[in-house]
Amino acid sequence: MAKEFIRDDGRKFDELRPMKAKVGIVPNADGSAMFQFGDTIAIASVFGPKKMHPQHSQNPEKGTLRCNYNMMSFSVEDRIRPGPSRRSTEISKITEWALEPVLMIDDYPNQVIDVHIHIIQASASTRCAGINAAAMALAHAGIQMKDIVSSIAVGKIDKQLIVDVNKYEDSVFDEGEGATDIPFTFTSKGKITHLQLDGKINTEDFKTVMQLAREGSKKVYEVQKQALKDAINGGKE
Amino acid sequence: MTERKIVIPGEEIAKGDDFLPGENTEKQGDSIIALKYGLAEESNKLMRIIPLSGVYHPRRGNSVIGKVVMLTFNGWVIDIGAADNAFLSLMEVPRFVNKDQLEEVMEIGDMMTAKIWAINKRGIDLSIKDRGLGRIDEGIITKINPNKVPRIIGKEGSMIKMVKDETGCNITVGQNGIIWIKGDKVENELFAKKAIQFIESKSFVSGLTDEVQKWFKGEKK
Repeated sequence: MAKEFIRDDGRKFDELRPMKAKVGIVPNADGSAMFQFGDTIAIASVFGPKKMHPQHSQNPEKGTLRCNYNMMSFSVEDRIRPGPSRRSTEISKITEWALEPVLMIDDYPNQVIDVHIHIIQASASTRCAGINAAAMALAHAGIQMKDIVSSIAVGKIDKQLIVDVNKYEDSVFDEGEGATDIPFTFTSKGKITHLQLDGKINTEDFKTVMQLAREGSKKVYEVQKQALKDAINGGKE
Repeated sequence: MTERKIVIPGEEIAKGDDFLPGENTEKQGDSIIALKYGLAEESNKLMRIIPLSGVYHPRRGNSVIGKVVMLTFNGWVIDIGAADNAFLSLMEVPRFVNKDQLEEVMEIGDMMTAKIWAINKRGIDLSIKDRGLGRIDEGIITKINPNKVPRIIGKEGSMIKMVKDETGCNITVGQNGIIWIKGDKVENELFAKKAIQFIESKSFVSGLTDEVQKWFKGEKK
């Protein structure tokens, strides 16, 4: 591993893109947030808890979390066909699984919490940005949660491990072994709620990947925490 | 006033066995963890969190304002902005009503004030057996975030009293964030609505009462 590896966009291997987060950006929603990783921007809005309709989908034991991930047609260079697709349905489900462990959903029987995630600009790691925004929006909607989740992707281009993959590294890079993308979601206490692997990686490298993701997620958490605190009276008491 | 801190879910708000977990908090090991986003407050060693955003969570004893959405054979279904619809039974009306003449008391679309009498698995039960409760005949209705209701009312009703005195309107604030303003002139009612919207937008400012007083002075000119 070369010591001074500089990436395509000038970052170090463990450097994240500049992050930005804001809470309360959709006035009509019960909770909302924006999260940005460089050129990737996600907006999440939460509606509810409200009564589940149709009635036969109600669960009297616990509430339901319903996520909807959507890429705007103008979010990428070639316009994508709007509406649900195989990919967006999958990511919606993944987002639900990543968020549900921290939600105290048992408190909302027969009710549903709707989370709508819109990717308004995409440059890889859109699901991570979406999960980060959704976690903040859920907290903003006043839902009981055990913790906040932070998501980050770690990748491998040829043999070099990198944190927070961008579009070039995710899809254009094709030297040597090609590109690998591993999105993670952590709670602030370091527990994993979601992990995916796209590509291939050996077990030795994976240990380093875990380490890098854990450190990266802490940086994401700090940004989320600050944004939530700043939303009330500019962070002052 | 006790010191208040903004907390996010999962954040540790107190350590050690000196504190007790209150509303929206949980004890994990020897520290108290926040379960909601809001302001953490300590009183008599009890830590609790006051939520600042989100939907209305009904509580027993709350006075609320709602809209009649359905008539059943023995009562009315009222929308009070909570996840469940609320039910006002015929038995909870203080006068005799004929079962086939429910419309005489309230029709679909009418606004009404009521008190939450009980909350059970099936839903929320309302009552209008109290002075001043029942159908709203005139005035205007405005809506605010239910978490900001305490700021509109102020300490022991100081804020709402000021708005009432300045505008000459009668104002009823429901705990669910719906406000009923009734004055003798529409201009006064709209002025009161404007004042309430101002208070809502400035709800995080400390010394809000003085700020609102200043606003009234500026507006009156």
